[in-house]
Amino acid sequence: MTISDTVIEVEKLWTRRGGLTIHRDLNLRIARGEIVGIVGGSGSGKTTLLRVIIGLDAPAQGRVRLFGVDPLRARRAARLRVQRRFGTLFQNGALFSALSVFENVAFPLRELKYLDESLIRDLVMLKLGLVQIEPQHAAKMPAELSGGMSKRVALARAMALDPELLVLDEPTAGLDPDRSRGFVKLVKTLSHEYALTVFMVTHDLDTLTTLATRIAVLAEGRIVANGPLAEVQHSDHPFAASFFGKTEPLLHSD
Amino acid sequence: MTPASVQLQTRESGERVITLAGDWTLASLRSSVARVWKTLKAVAADPRLTWDLRRIGALDSTGALLIWRAWGERRRADALLRPEHEQILRRVAAVPPVERARWRADWLAPIVFLGRQEAKFASHALGFVALIGFLVLDALYLFTRPQRIPWREISATIYKAGALALPVTALVGFLIGVVLSYLTADTLRAYGAELYIINLLGMSIIRELGPLLVAILLAGRSGAAMTAQIGVMRVTEEIDAMATLGISPTLRLVLPKAIGLALAMPLVSIWSTAAALAGGAAAANLQLGISPQFFFESLPKAVPAANIWIASVKAFSFGAVIALIACHYGLRAKPNTESVSSSITNAVVAAITMVILLDAVYAILFRSVGFP
Repeated sequence: MTISDTVIEVEKLWTRRGGLTIHRDLNLRIARGEIVGIVGGSGSGKTTLLRVIIGLDAPAQGRVRLFGVDPLRARRAARLRVQRRFGTLFQNGALFSALSVFENVAFPLRELKYLDESLIRDLVMLKLGLVQIEPQHAAKMPAELSGGMSKRVALARAMALDPELLVLDEPTAGLDPDRSRGFVKLVKTLSHEYALTVFMVTHDLDTLTTLATRIAVLAEGRIVANGPLAEVQHSDHPFAASFFGKTEPLLHSD
Repeated sequence: MTPASVQLQTRESGERVITLAGDWTLASLRSSVARVWKTLKAVAADPRLTWDLRRIGALDSTGALLIWRAWGERRRADALLRPEHEQILRRVAAVPPVERARWRADWLAPIVFLGRQEAKFASHALGFVALIGFLVLDALYLFTRPQRIPWREISATIYKAGALALPVTALVGFLIGVVLSYLTADTLRAYGAELYIINLLGMSIIRELGPLLVAILLAGRSGAAMTAQIGVMRVTEEIDAMATLGISPTLRLVLPKAIGLALAMPLVSIWSTAAALAGGAAAANLQLGISPQFFFESLPKAVPAANIWIASVKAFSFGAVIALIACHYGLRAKPNTESVSSSITNAVVAAITMVILLDAVYAILFRSVGFP
């Protein structure tokens, strides 16, 4: 396998949903080690873009490559190999409600079929330790967890296979500012430690400023601004201007 | 991705060095994890071994865990490793040890199991009584405020559980009528009692099979749907949201379903009974040469009208019981998918069992009513 520096590559992407064109000719490239945040107004197609990238939705036109492979066109084995190289954190955690915290994290490891039970047990406890979940919570069911905890367990599950790429959909949605700051710090630590590439969709400016090395602004179905925070902030696109302009005073008041 | 490798060599000074190289990751260990672990374990016992990990390319938690175990779960101070791998090993060191639960034979287990089952049954009975209590309170409340009666929900239930079930109940009824007629025709002919097929079919279908068949069909069809709906509403906390909005979930969800199904059931039962009689008459015409006209003319003489009333009373109560049991199980579902699915199963089984039990009670109650 060649070590390519491009992790995500979106080329001339068009997406349509129910007669509505969501993305027109969208191009995006994310290199290894980057932490990229996508921002955009409600309904601008951020989450759809994320779903297309991880292969849950099919684009109408154009192509998406993950680690150099188009997951929708690859053969089953190749697709599976790609799927094991990234972990996804869904907006509401999407934990399996019928499985305990431990089983949720163990699930992807068990599916590999080549690890023995004691190794799986230690790996799960390791991942739960990474996200600061104490061992006594391992037997709990997802319904018994607080919002912040279930987010962290979902992160542990996303990290279960030691992915190279972490995909986050609104990582701090539904968390109070304190928890959300803690969660962002956690993601930052982990991404440094494991040299992760992170692709995230977020509304939260705090998350963007602490985490993202690059910000892409999605509007009118395209990426209208793309670069580090300082650069994007001064973009002259109306959405970017209002998004960063309006929230700027809040930053100073911190 | 280079595969993980282990190399053991003895230097001239007599020092033994173990060199690990390649990628030690979950993906690269895919086919070799058992073999690598065996090699490591074989040499791990030697405390004088020098570990050289500097040639490891990528290291993730799985690889680090294997090495950590080979070290006897303690840090080898003399191990040579790259600084960026230090932190990964430190994470592995933080894994809490397994607390081994010792398995002991528990001779009281069967008794505990029985006790648990009994407690569960008692809690179900209590919950069901409480549900009926709430419904009585709701009914009293509606009596004082008739404008709050959930007409829309009642009519929706009648439509969904009644009108939409008409095709399937007609089909099943018709086929059962045909089967019954065919099965009895030969025996009756042997005794020269062909005409009694009208009594036989009329009595069994109108009084017994019509309501029972529809009850079993609707317990599976509408009962399951009710449990699923309420169960999912519990998972998504919609029931709680409803309660905080000042809307009684029993009034809005349970009461209209119980009333709706109780009203729809006798009608569907009569419909299905008619289909079954049509099926029976058709088969009797083919098998025994009894014309449908004669069949339906003799029916009122063979089966007194009281039987239709008995059947309707039965169907009414079956409908109420099915809806109540379905809602009861739905409200008890725990907020996870597994619990919702087992609630649906239990609701359908309990509803059908209760219906048959009730049917037996009616058979005893009405044993001297409705016979010619």
